[in-house]
Amino acid sequence: MTDNVQEKVIEIIAEQAVLEVEDVTLEASLEDLGIDSMGLVESIFAIEEAFDIQVPFNANNPTDSTFDISSVSAIIAAVQGLVATRV
Amino acid sequence: MKRVVITGQGTINALGPDVAATKEAMREGRCGISSLEIRDVERLAVQIGGQIKGYEPEALFNRQQISLYDRFTQFTLIAAREAIGQSGLEFHGDLAVQSGVVLGTSGGGMQTLDENYRSVYEDGKNRVHPFVVPKLMNNAAASHVSMEFNLKGPSFTVATACASSNHAMGQAFSMIRSGMAQVMVTGGSESMLCFGGVKAWEGLRVMSKQACRPFSATRDGMVQGEGAAVFVFEDYDHARARGAEILAEVIGFAMTSDAADIVMPSKQGAARAIAGALQDAKIAPEKIGYINAHGTGTAANDKVECAAVADVFGHHADDLMISSTKSMHGHLIGGTGAVELLACVMALTDGVIAPTIGYEEPDPECALDVVPNEAREANVDAVLSNAFAFGGLNAVIALQKAP
Repeated sequence: MTDNVQEKVIEIIAEQAVLEVEDVTLEASLEDLGIDSMGLVESIFAIEEAFDIQVPFNANNPTDSTFDISSVSAIIAAVQGLVATRV
Repeated sequence: MKRVVITGQGTINALGPDVAATKEAMREGRCGISSLEIRDVERLAVQIGGQIKGYEPEALFNRQQISLYDRFTQFTLIAAREAIGQSGLEFHGDLAVQSGVVLGTSGGGMQTLDENYRSVYEDGKNRVHPFVVPKLMNNAAASHVSMEFNLKGPSFTVATACASSNHAMGQAFSMIRSGMAQVMVTGGSESMLCFGGVKAWEGLRVMSKQACRPFSATRDGMVQGEGAAVFVFEDYDHARARGAEILAEVIGFAMTSDAADIVMPSKQGAARAIAGALQDAKIAPEKIGYINAHGTGTAANDKVECAAVADVFGHHADDLMISSTKSMHGHLIGGTGAVELLACVMALTDGVIAPTIGYEEPDPECALDVVPNEAREANVDAVLSNAFAFGGLNAVIALQKAP
């Protein structure tokens, strides 16, 4: 499941950034990948749809959120956490 | 006061994906109304419309754009690209800040509303795509045109139901005339041919199940259409200085309110708008050779409109031509005045009067020359375009040949 989450999140981010999956590295930030605030909100929507989870994210203050979006690996970890607690 | 000319026009509607195809269809009196191809059409009592068939947005917009552009915005951008392309204008520096975009629409992003209401009400989903609001808002089309072409001056959307486009073009005209703007991109768009959009109109019981037959004694209602038309209105001195090709001159505009009934039209309100446009244009009624009618094909509109024209023009009402092109492209609601202005420009530039097709039998209450069924060659110097909206809001625009 863990690998599946990683694979799927990278796929979503790659699609949003219009990049190949191989070009999305774990260390990269969304900014590095050229994803703007609209792209971020769309990515979060796609993640919620893909995993049937609620991501605690408020676009008014993206950094002050329990959902860490500082890098691709941080997003994957946060999604894994939400998937694990999914009822 | 500045003079205002038209230096570009563009469209997509049921008659064709551009101005050339639309004019050809109007010359041939071709009908763009056909069986609706939409989800749940079998649950509709009305199953015809002026729908744009074979439309492939993927060929014109990328994935990110499609996720942000409702169908009415896509239509607007297609028409705007053609119009601005024809004008040859590029908006930089001072011209960009002195140019804007005013568009008409009634329903705005109704396809987006329909799809997402389905999703949350019918499918029981608790989450919608993040761009639902920026996609459905009525000003989305005007904003995307401003962004694509760098139009930084006065820009907004007008919503007056079936008169939206005429009111929008009237605003654009006034702004250039007063010196507030150099160039205005204007017109309108509508995309209401979705289950909810057609179902709502069905409720009023004014829709035809067969055809739109304006002025014919056999008419039995209106038929919805979809699409957009966009024009470039430009300060005449600016257009002349750059050697632009001028299609026509906008010479007058008037708007009135019936202040009477939310759906029934008033002869007095319509007549005041027609007379007002002539007065604003400072031309004698006898100069008008053609009127593009509001001509919805409903019992109420067509007889009231003919009576209003007879009142304003007196004996000359029998000499002028008046046709309703809604018989071909359907009623585009908030976009209709814009598509109909194409027929007005065609009359001035090509000397061809678009017909009222589907005409079967004279109605003594509509006893004017409605150019039945076949286009006609005629040399006209000045024309009017009528729009009379639900809510009793009337807007009439006057054009003449290029100076």
